[in-house]
Amino acid sequence: MKIQVKLFATLQRYAPAGQFAGEPFEMELPDGGTIAMVVERLAIRSHEVKVTFVNGRARAEVYRLKDGDEVGIFPPVGGG
Amino acid sequence: MWILRLNMTDRSYKLEAVPERYKNLGGRGLTSTLIYDEVDPMCHPLGPNNKLVFAPGIITGTSSPTSARLSVGGKSPLTGGIKEANAGTGWAPSVAKMHLKAIVVEGQPEETGKYWMVAISWEGDKPKVEFMPADEYVGRNLYEAFPEVYSRFGDRVHVAGIGAAGEFKYPNSGIVFNDMKDRPSRYAGRGGLGAVMGSKGLKFIVVDSAGAPGVEILNPELFKEGSKKMREALMEHAITKPKGGLNSYGTAILVNILNEAGGLPTRNFSAGRFAGAAKIAGEAIFETNKQRMGKEIYNHACSPGCIIQCSNTLYAPDGSEIASCIEYESDWAFGADCGIDDLDKIGEMVTLCNAYGLDTIEAGVTMGVAMDSGVIPFGDADGAIRLLHEMGKGTPLGRILGGGAAMVAKTYGNPRSPTVKGQAMPAYEPRAVKGIGVTYATTTMGADHTAGYTIAPEILSVGGKSDPLASETAKADLSRAFQSTTALIDSSGHCLFIAFAILDIPTGFQGMVDEINAIFGTSMTGDEAVAMGAEILKRERAFNEAAGFTRHDDRLPEFMKYEKLPPHNVTNDLPDSVFDAVFGNL
Ligand code: SF4
Repeated sequence: MKIQVKLFATLQRYAPAGQFAGEPFEMELPDGGTIAMVVERLAIRSHEVKVTFVNGRARAEVYRLKDGDEVGIFPPVGGG
Repeated sequence: MWILRLNMTDRSYKLEAVPERYKNLGGRGLTSTLIYDEVDPMCHPLGPNNKLVFAPGIITGTSSPTSARLSVGGKSPLTGGIKEANAGTGWAPSVAKMHLKAIVVEGQPEETGKYWMVAISWEGDKPKVEFMPADEYVGRNLYEAFPEVYSRFGDRVHVAGIGAAGEFKYPNSGIVFNDMKDRPSRYAGRGGLGAVMGSKGLKFIVVDSAGAPGVEILNPELFKEGSKKMREALMEHAITKPKGGLNSYGTAILVNILNEAGGLPTRNFSAGRFAGAAKIAGEAIFETNKQRMGKEIYNHACSPGCIIQCSNTLYAPDGSEIASCIEYESDWAFGADCGIDDLDKIGEMVTLCNAYGLDTIEAGVTMGVAMDSGVIPFGDADGAIRLLHEMGKGTPLGRILGGGAAMVAKTYGNPRSPTVKGQAMPAYEPRAVKGIGVTYATTTMGADHTAGYTIAPEILSVGGKSDPLASETAKADLSRAFQSTTALIDSSGHCLFIAFAILDIPTGFQGMVDEINAIFGTSMTGDEAVAMGAEILKRERAFNEAAGFTRHDDRLPEFMKYEKLPPHNVTNDLPDSVFDAVFGNL
């Protein structure tokens, strides 16, 4: 299946070159793949990941993805 | 320790020993208690019976990190209720070092249109206070007036003041303070306290603490221990540490995550996602600066002694400054909420607000409402800039806009007024983030995110996790807990952003409690300290009730009940009982 991935803030450096923060890129995953697999595939160190979204809903890393899902991955962020 | 009373009726002053009741208060706790004790809740906010109170936090002026915060209080011309507006500035520690626990501005000159300034310095063993005419600064851009004040009084001084908005007595008018580079950029912005200062004919308060004794600490050992714990927590947490989230990308780092969560209010709260979000995000500010300046630029401190350092500067291609600083709220208000995705224009609007003395949140949301009402189209940055100039000049349209978002909605017959108690909502959609909606609705301040920042667990996974879309009674408990703790932090003198660290690192919280105990020579537990926060809320609430507010004022605007917010297509479906439970169970 194909999913879209968006990386933000300091995680941008794990995205393919030329992507700006939050610009989606495509990734091929086996059916039933999880967010954790996406993180692993991109070689993101797991302590850098704080919040993960699938289609705008916060989901845990064990969440099983479906074809066409959009995954957003954030490091710790705060402000106000 | 004294309370300094400035009487603007006859330009006299009084240094008063701090009464017992106020001894263990500071910051918001002190401003709100003084207002509660001394201001008639039914008074007109711009009449002679309102008071304006400035109070540095309990530990402000000490060596503790990120503690140069100030509370300003009064009855708000925007909401008609009690107000505490908070700013980070070198002005705050200077006042604290002169042993001034609070400055209370009272009375009103008989002649209108005349302005005064007050200079406070240290002479011998006490503060010296002088009144002088300030008419030469009136009607001027603050970026012109501030340098003149500095060349007159010297580089060491710190300045509080108002701009044109305060002189026109707009319900949208802030009180400005200098930042570390003496820019007029740090605002106690919300709720129109600039107009209260203007109504008293007071333009500037200039302070110079040279020679002053500094803050007294009753238990220095405990203080050292406490501030060490605080420092360690701030240095360790990924959000607050050097080159961490806030230091790299500023508060505007939130644009993308709120957008992702479908909670970024867009085009006057008609959608939760903005197509141009990535272009105005903190990451974009960082990249733009890197490109234009040829190097990575990390953020700076708004005030002395901050180790989080979250304040950015947006540079133009020629290296000049467009704005310093662009906060998340300002970025969002002129950006997503107006459908504008041009960073440079957003920066220009922030600088105009600073120049004219306007609160950026209220001003941006007002523009959004004006766009939604057909005054100018969504996305029209140049139109919005023109309208800001009208506000600065005091044209009839400018004055309507200066009345704030609710005023403009009313004037143009638009039911889509994203306000509570007359104050514009900040940058989180309450339909998509339910807990913050409970805070907006119930805080004594009118819609205010800082009053109980449930965004931390709802969106950022800081201090636990809470599903932002769940319409559950637990949101009342969440908001109440945050509101009480916030009243404590706002009293401590620490910047609210320490919360990110101390919510996750309990020793950091203990550090703050230690610091407070060390200053006062008390031995409060953490729970007792939070209970102190709850007491402050009760006083504020009692003031508002006496001013005419009821539980029916603790509601979100009706359109949020019947308009579905994309992308999650959610409404405000919380029953009234949830809103009522916040203070009902305090
Ligand atoms: S964290 Fe930011 S807003 Fe708070 S005191 Fe430091 S620089 Fe100022």
